[in-house]
Amino acid sequence: MNLPLLLRSASFRLMLIYIILFGGSAAILLGFLYWAIAGTLSEQVDETINADIKGLAEQYERLGTPGVAAIISERVRKDQGGRTVYLLTDRLRRRMVGNLSNWPTATPDSRGWIEFELQDRDSSHGELSLARARSFVLQGGLNLLVGREVHVLVRTRDLVINTIIWGIAITIALALAGGIAMSRTTARRIESINQTSREISQGALDRRIPTRGTDDEFDRLSAQLNEMLDRNQSLMEGLRHVSDNIAHDLRTPLTRLRQTLEGIKDSGLNDTSQTARIEKAIEEADSLLSIFNALLRISQIEAGGRRENFAKVDLKELVTDVADLYEPVAAEKSQIFNMRCDAAAEVFGDRDLLFQAIANLADNAIKYSSPESAITVHAADRTISVSDTGPGIPYNAHKDVFNRFYRLETARSTPGTGLGLSLVEAVAHLHEGSVYLEDNHPGLRVIFCLQ
Amino acid sequence: MRILVIEDDEDVASYIIKALEEAGHNATLAVTGKQGLFLATTEDFDVLVVDRMLPAPDGLSIIRTLRASDDFTPALLLSALGEVSDRVKGLKAGGDDYLTKPFAASELIARLEALTRRVANTSHGTDPRLALGDLEMDLLARSVKRDGKEITLQPREFRLLEYLMRNSGNVVTRTMLLEHVWDYYFDPQTNVIDVHISRLRQKIDKEFETQLIHTVRGAGYTLRTSQP
Repeated sequence: MNLPLLLRSASFRLMLIYIILFGGSAAILLGFLYWAIAGTLSEQVDETINADIKGLAEQYERLGTPGVAAIISERVRKDQGGRTVYLLTDRLRRRMVGNLSNWPTATPDSRGWIEFELQDRDSSHGELSLARARSFVLQGGLNLLVGREVHVLVRTRDLVINTIIWGIAITIALALAGGIAMSRTTARRIESINQTSREISQGALDRRIPTRGTDDEFDRLSAQLNEMLDRNQSLMEGLRHVSDNIAHDLRTPLTRLRQTLEGIKDSGLNDTSQTARIEKAIEEADSLLSIFNALLRISQIEAGGRRENFAKVDLKELVTDVADLYEPVAAEKSQIFNMRCDAAAEVFGDRDLLFQAIANLADNAIKYSSPESAITVHAADRTISVSDTGPGIPYNAHKDVFNRFYRLETARSTPGTGLGLSLVEAVAHLHEGSVYLEDNHPGLRVIFCLQ
Repeated sequence: MRILVIEDDEDVASYIIKALEEAGHNATLAVTGKQGLFLATTEDFDVLVVDRMLPAPDGLSIIRTLRASDDFTPALLLSALGEVSDRVKGLKAGGDDYLTKPFAASELIARLEALTRRVANTSHGTDPRLALGDLEMDLLARSVKRDGKEITLQPREFRLLEYLMRNSGNVVTRTMLLEHVWDYYFDPQTNVIDVHISRLRQKIDKEFETQLIHTVRGAGYTLRTSQP
């Protein structure tokens, strides 16, 4: 399945919506997790710093500046890992004691919290250390900065963020892959229904949708559709049988009628005006018989049992013979009859039926085109086209003309049965080919393709 | 002509017999395959008309049996089916021609006469020259002369005239012409043959007093020197 087709698939779109919803809720959930973890971690740091400041402030009240300075130096000395930040300055923020050389330049927030990079600290991680500290003004006007190196906190936070991003990405990727797989499975089953309907509408009425025997909703839908198709097929066959039977059964009385008329004609009636009328009646009987014969013939061809007569047929020879037979007919109407053969192929088929089909098309082109127009029969490879410059056929009737007895309103004055193109189509289908109409601007082009 | 008709359908049989007798032929009817086969082997006929669908033995079996015993009396098969594959089967079984019901009596008679003539032609050897009145045809040189004057014909017109010449005096139907001159078994929607005949007439008859190509109403054409 290619991408645009996948995107148009309803089940895939449903899956996409599901992914967005699912991915969204996963993101919210993980976001909350992050907020909770990161929040707890920094709260702990803040509490430690607050407690430290509170302790130092109390010490200052009790022991004064030298006491606090001593405590700070002691703590700095003890802190070999460089995890703490202490700085005691005078009013002008000149360093008195502590492990920070300068007061950080970053501006503190309203509660005195400040985050800055520790530039003079020997970094064990090979990257800049980050510190979080709080400034506090002692009663004597001294500035005290107490903080903690928060690299671990930042690292944890980054780790959580990374985990969340990757988690969401993997979730979406998995959901997408699953979605494609699932929509493909669904699409494949729907496609098998589509394929069957296509084949049926192309004339293979006996095709049915395959079922898996799992009795899921697809199986039940397929079974239901198959049942409907069975009914349709039996109805259509019944209808065809009725019309075939009518045609078949009417042939016998018609034949007798014709024989009786011939008998009357031959019985030595000298009245020429009566003879002419009887001949007219015989002609009518003949045209009725030929309609019935054509109808039965189409049915027999459609039944497809005529392949035993298949042999190699040279399309070039066939088209040349049609042209040879019909060129004088066109010439009689002052029409120009052209024939072109571009490497016409040899096909495996029924020579007489193929000839009949192309002859029908040539006959139609001549019959429905005005005098002095041009008719072209063109054979190329396995395709034969018959074009004329006549009145053409409106696009909305391009399919209907293949129905039995269908005739255009404008063609009703021309003699014909409305069975010619039905026969052509039956012959095309017998050869697993197709026949369709095109606009010749002006006129009509009939394209007869063999498989 | 002595003609044996093997046909079980009474209506069709009486229609055929009546038509053949009116045309001056001597027709014998057999209503079962068994009776037909018996008559065909014991008596001498010029041509056989055999229905395909008969109670055993059927038409194809009768013809196969006759051919197996070296009896090559020309046989025309009648069939209600009229499909090309049936025609092919019938011809393969040894039938010489095939006609689909319903048919016109004139069509049957024209075909039977052509069948017996074909046998007569082959028994006389192949003469490369055909002649009728002042019309001469040389099949080897592929030339046509009338009253000594050369007439140029297209290849198809030549074959058309040849077929008419070989059957001169007899009626040939339009379907017979399609089958033998164009070699296709099909149903033309319009009378395409008439157009070809009229072209041939332009060349053969137009400048001459005696018309050779005659139209037989309701049947087909015939080539002959005078009105019968």
